[in-house]
Amino acid sequence: MQLARVVGNVVTTRKDENLAAVTLLILQPIAPDGTDMGRTLVAVDAAGAGVGERVFFVRGKEASFPFHPVEVPTDAGVVGIVDHWSLT
Amino acid sequence: MIIGRVIGTVVSTHKHAKFEGAKLLLVQPVTLDDQPKGPALLAVDGVGAGIYEKVLLVIEGRAAAEILGRKGAPVDAAIVGIIDAIDVDPALVA
Repeated sequence: MQLARVVGNVVTTRKDENLAAVTLLILQPIAPDGTDMGRTLVAVDAAGAGVGERVFFVRGKEASFPFHPVEVPTDAGVVGIVDHWSLT
Repeated sequence: MIIGRVIGTVVSTHKHAKFEGAKLLLVQPVTLDDQPKGPALLAVDGVGAGIYEKVLLVIEGRAAAEILGRKGAPVDAAIVGIIDAIDVDPALVA
């Protein structure tokens, strides 16, 4: 999983029917020191995260597991909202 | 699998149910000569690794879910071992 900031969301009406009723969030992956890292991406939301929150997301087929048995066609999914993290 | 060093811990109370009770650690992948390489990632801790320890990471969902002990968990990285020593023949490494 990786840390990220939720920077926005995506609304699409014409989409694969398995994506119906799934919230799409725009994530900016961040490094442990909070700085942005790499490109933004769109992820499905399985944790109820809001814009501005810091989250962690999973990549790959596992991102669709929270929506089982619906086969959500996705490769990234928010699975937790981060309260805080501590670095040594 | 890759080698990494534990650099921190993450607290998340509001998370997917299958993460219940899982310990989440921040791990920085490192090269054979211990230089940070690539983005830090979050991994489920299966062996009780501590901060600064060098660990063995599996970066694949099914294996990571096994460490978590829950099939079908939305997880893609887990710590499967704490590394005591690495010896490499420098002549063989670029």
